[in-house]
Amino acid sequence: MKQTLRILSAEQHAGESGADEGLKVLQLPNDADPLAADLDLEGVDRIELQFPKFTDGRAYSQAIMLRRRRRFAGDIRATGDVFVDLLVHMQRSGFSSAVLREGVDASAAQRQFERYAGFYQGDVEQKEPLFAREH
Amino acid sequence: MYQYTDFDRQFVRLRAEQFRDQLERWQRGELSDDELLPLRLQNGWYIQRYAPMARIAVPYGEISSAQLRMLAHIAREYDKPDPALLAHAQATQDELQAAQPGLTLAAPPLRYGYGHFTTRTNVQFNWIPITKAADVMDLLASVCMHGIQTSGNDIRNITCEAYEGIAEDNIVDTRPFAEITRQWSSLHPEFTFLPRKFKIAYNGSVEDRAATGWYDIGVQAVRNDAGEVGFTVKAGGGMGRTPIIGTVVREFLPWDQLLNYIEAIVRVYNRYGRRDNKWKARIKILVKAEGQKFIDDVEAEYKDIVELDGAPHTITQAELDRVQASFVVPELKPANLPSSVNTDGQLYQRWLKQNVRGHRLPHLRAVTLSFKRVGFAPGDADADTMEALAQLAEQFSASEARLTHEQNLMLPWVHESDLPALYEAARALGLAQPNIGLLTDMIACPGGDFCSLANARSLSIAAAITERYQDLDEVFDLGPIDLHMSGCINSCGHHHSGHIGILGVDKDGKEWYQITLGGSDGTELSGPALGGKVVGPSFSAAEVPEVIEALLGTYRALRKPGEFFIDTLRRVGHDPFKAAANGARFKAEEVAA
Repeated sequence: MKQTLRILSAEQHAGESGADEGLKVLQLPNDADPLAADLDLEGVDRIELQFPKFTDGRAYSQAIMLRRRRRFAGDIRATGDVFVDLLVHMQRSGFSSAVLREGVDASAAQRQFERYAGFYQGDVEQKEPLFAREH
Repeated sequence: MYQYTDFDRQFVRLRAEQFRDQLERWQRGELSDDELLPLRLQNGWYIQRYAPMARIAVPYGEISSAQLRMLAHIAREYDKPDPALLAHAQATQDELQAAQPGLTLAAPPLRYGYGHFTTRTNVQFNWIPITKAADVMDLLASVCMHGIQTSGNDIRNITCEAYEGIAEDNIVDTRPFAEITRQWSSLHPEFTFLPRKFKIAYNGSVEDRAATGWYDIGVQAVRNDAGEVGFTVKAGGGMGRTPIIGTVVREFLPWDQLLNYIEAIVRVYNRYGRRDNKWKARIKILVKAEGQKFIDDVEAEYKDIVELDGAPHTITQAELDRVQASFVVPELKPANLPSSVNTDGQLYQRWLKQNVRGHRLPHLRAVTLSFKRVGFAPGDADADTMEALAQLAEQFSASEARLTHEQNLMLPWVHESDLPALYEAARALGLAQPNIGLLTDMIACPGGDFCSLANARSLSIAAAITERYQDLDEVFDLGPIDLHMSGCINSCGHHHSGHIGILGVDKDGKEWYQITLGGSDGTELSGPALGGKVVGPSFSAAEVPEVIEALLGTYRALRKPGEFFIDTLRRVGHDPFKAAANGARFKAEEVAA
């Protein structure tokens, strides 16, 4: 699959707080409801979702709901406990950028995206499952 | 059997390649132990008491002769501990044994060079070094096998009842649906880091032989009044520390909505399941805590998937047709091998009664080979045996075999005329004990001989009971009894659902065993799924066979003619059984002696 996810170091991320560029950035804890009526996404440029531990996968569902149900078209960024083996899941779930945890070597990232020709189930990028695309 | 497409083949090869890449980065220090842990678990690799354990998926139990041969090869060439490691492991087990004088049973030595059939139709190896793990996954991929999601907090290997497509009471063959679900769940980007493991079981027959009430999601095939195929969907069943039977969330789900609906359930679970406490993280706790609100949430989420997302995973007729085409009746021809079996003899007749089952095709039979025998742990098959099984399946069953929930291996396409020759071949392999469904056809996990979670050994208990009940007259007289044992509360040996359950517990570093009575997996014999009740304080290993004997003695004394153990227990209640069990405790002086 084509890598569209932008991978940032912690430093790069720190330099993009949004304030300088005049961006509206929203940080959403991973137990927040992306569909809550009082969650105003008007004018929001970037939503930062959290992985307090990488084994806590709630933010994948949040990203999917933001894309599919709220039709959010801005940047969705993965922050927290992020390393290269999670990046493909993140892109498929609708994240558009991810901040690698301090000390993570990014050199192995590229080949994770190149490995699989396709996946069985649909995702945010490729809505249809394999069986609806082929056969 | 499902026939892999080029995509499927490439997918498992790439998964093996990905795992090799992860292991190499870990060896170079680029991935920490903590990071590797869930990644290796998602490929079925644990680190156990002495060595890694590999858990290989056999989706809904179906396995081919070629796959059995590969498992035999892996058992022979890779399931080999370094001699120093084996010596250390055996010495540690011997110390455990020596620390409990008067309390234990004889402990069989640690074995290697075999595969272990589990209750969830996986095959486990206990001694493959981690440095060979990637090579083993490549070999498995070459025969369309893998360890994808056999562990980890994800959607695990999917099971079906063993007689799908062949049982006389089969309503719908659910194997194609299980295969479609397997593909959908493989490397699902959203559901790879759930609060806890997630298990799905299908049952396509009138009788529930898949224990669907005990599953995170249990799917029962049904036909509505119009004759249309659909599913009754249960959620929130599970064993472990808090045994709970699943709740029906949907009475009739049209078959094409299966994936959309499962997605709704798993998404609600991923968002709201507890993550603060491992023991409260299974979906059963959420379903129990939320009650109707859980069902409402699932239905609302399902509605959004259909109305807002456009129901992208609606199963098309074309896809169902494609997958179903793999599950047609194979080309069959009888083996016509000679046999010198006395077909009027009692042993053969008993085997016919217990191990051979009717088939929806009148001239065929389903034959179960018993892996409950003296000298082997329940469900263990060494390399030579697996090699021989491959040949038996080839000769007698269109090269197909099925692992069963009860840790045996069944041949689904046997000609009635071939039964004597098959019996003879099975007997030569030590796999023709006529004990299917009887006391000695027990379920047991590997327990404290291998598993790092276990509180106590289960194999020594299994061995003692197997040896004690070798008199077939006695075992036949006792009739059908589900004896299930687990070495810890994680319940891999399904003790909660046994008519008699045995659970290993730890007290001050010593092994003790709780006995439960009256559990059910949901079969016609056992009644609706139900957890057993504890009889009293736990027993020493040495007392367990005495307790079993006391329970069986009580049954023999109280039963009506023709009444089964579970029915007597339900009719008279637990009290006389409890009293007998507690009466079988050793007196303090006996223990000291």
